[in-house]
Amino acid sequence: MLLEVKDLQVAYGAISAVKGVSFGVDEGEIVTLIGANGAGKSTILKTISGIVRAKAGSVLFAGAEITQTAPHDVVKMGVCHVPEGRRIFANLTVRENLLMGAYTRSDGDAIKGNMERVFQRFPRLKERLSQPGGTLSGGEQQMLAMGRGLMASPKILLLDEPSMGLAPILVQQIFDIIQEINQSGTSILLVEQNANMALSVANRAYVLETGTISLSGPAAELRANAKVQEAYLGEAGALA
Amino acid sequence: MDLNAQIVYFLQQVINGIQLGSVYALIALGYTMVYGIVRLINFAHGDVFMVGAFAGFFAVSVLGLSFLPAIILAMIVSMVLGVTIERLAYRPLRRAPKIAALITAIGVSIFLEYFTSLNFVFGPNYRTFPRPFEVTSWNIGGVAISNILVIILGVSLFLVVALQLFVTRTKVGIAMRAVSFDHDAARLMGINVDTVISITFAIGSALAGAGGVLFAIAYPQVDPFMGIMPGLKAFVAAVLGGIGIIPGALLGSLIMGQAEVLTTGYVSSTLRDLVAFGILIIVLLVRPTGLLGKSGVEKV
Repeated sequence: MLLEVKDLQVAYGAISAVKGVSFGVDEGEIVTLIGANGAGKSTILKTISGIVRAKAGSVLFAGAEITQTAPHDVVKMGVCHVPEGRRIFANLTVRENLLMGAYTRSDGDAIKGNMERVFQRFPRLKERLSQPGGTLSGGEQQMLAMGRGLMASPKILLLDEPSMGLAPILVQQIFDIIQEINQSGTSILLVEQNANMALSVANRAYVLETGTISLSGPAAELRANAKVQEAYLGEAGALA
Repeated sequence: MDLNAQIVYFLQQVINGIQLGSVYALIALGYTMVYGIVRLINFAHGDVFMVGAFAGFFAVSVLGLSFLPAIILAMIVSMVLGVTIERLAYRPLRRAPKIAALITAIGVSIFLEYFTSLNFVFGPNYRTFPRPFEVTSWNIGGVAISNILVIILGVSLFLVVALQLFVTRTKVGIAMRAVSFDHDAARLMGINVDTVISITFAIGSALAGAGGVLFAIAYPQVDPFMGIMPGLKAFVAAVLGGIGIIPGALLGSLIMGQAEVLTTGYVSSTLRDLVAFGILIIVLLVRPTGLLGKSGVEKV
């Protein structure tokens, strides 16, 4: 397993958000966590990247324990978290945002090469290079957030709600890009409320309900599961 | 006074205002950078300025250094002090309510003032700052331009340009702006936020130290309480320009310098401080985000 989460528990004060969750992502996989608002999906990603601390349990990356590792060291190891709501630096230009994505790297040529690859994937960003991030549209911001994540050449990309607030045509585009990124060798852990889209690109999936995993299996199987269809695919399925 | 004399008098005041405003700018930059990055009004900042002035004083009077090494030494001493204050007093309170850090800042300020007043430290008395160079002055159309003014303007301009290049052209400088916008997002980029905060205190404090030496050269006296007034006025300047905004600190400082000097020159020196703090009250009432501030940008 590239990324392994074992019996993870996370609490905000007295409220426990994640109550003993175990799952893993293999090299080259797309794994998705689906579930309703407040199920603990984002909290799990934040705990992996280190900006929220686990109460119990552990997170292993490439066999190394990273449960207590500082966020900046987690990034250095090759785990990159693209947070919910994009969190673009609105006061920095597109170019500066991308450079921050490569903060842990010092090889100038590699950074330039990565930036070229990001532009190939997201040509829009090249047009907006010297514009402040805050002036981009929602879709462009999502592209910038993902491009910024790729600047670190991560081994695994943690994507939190990449489709949130985007028009359906953009959602399709973002998911196509997620598949492309995966095909070029980056493993992906995807958190989504748009379960239908998530299950259509993922290899495996876990369904999260109020802090625990209620179902898991190959994505295609979960997509056919009557309970999943009823709880998560009704509306999203209609939209897609 | 005839018209010509009045114009000369006015220009002289404006030039004096630029000189004072430049020193305020060096202090205000530290206030605004620290606020931008940790949302803390570092009330001990004026005392870092004072320690910088004393470091310059000892560098010149005891070590016999000339101006440039003296100001560099003062910047280093202030930098170490600022970083130490952050490490010992503010960092443990990073997750505490903002008011705790604010009260701590006031405590650090009072501590520095009274600790340095002890006889075995700087002592409570005023001391005359020995100028490390001869003062000369040129008469340009009746307006006196001293080499002190030239040096103050030159050093301030150099430091401000250097700062601007740092925050726009270097990786750490850009990271500083990223951290000021969103700590957690910066962490996710692999930025060590604590290190960036330390660097911010280091730069802000070094600028204040340089300001301390320049202030002491212009108004050649040092004492442990000399940081209070310039510190408060630079704070007003930072608020006037828009706290957290680097160009705002410059603009606010130049306005403050003019307001003070013109009040002294045309009204009365006793009203000088009244005008300075009157500006603060008016800004807070009319435009709390400052001249260059956008409303509603405060991140939660």
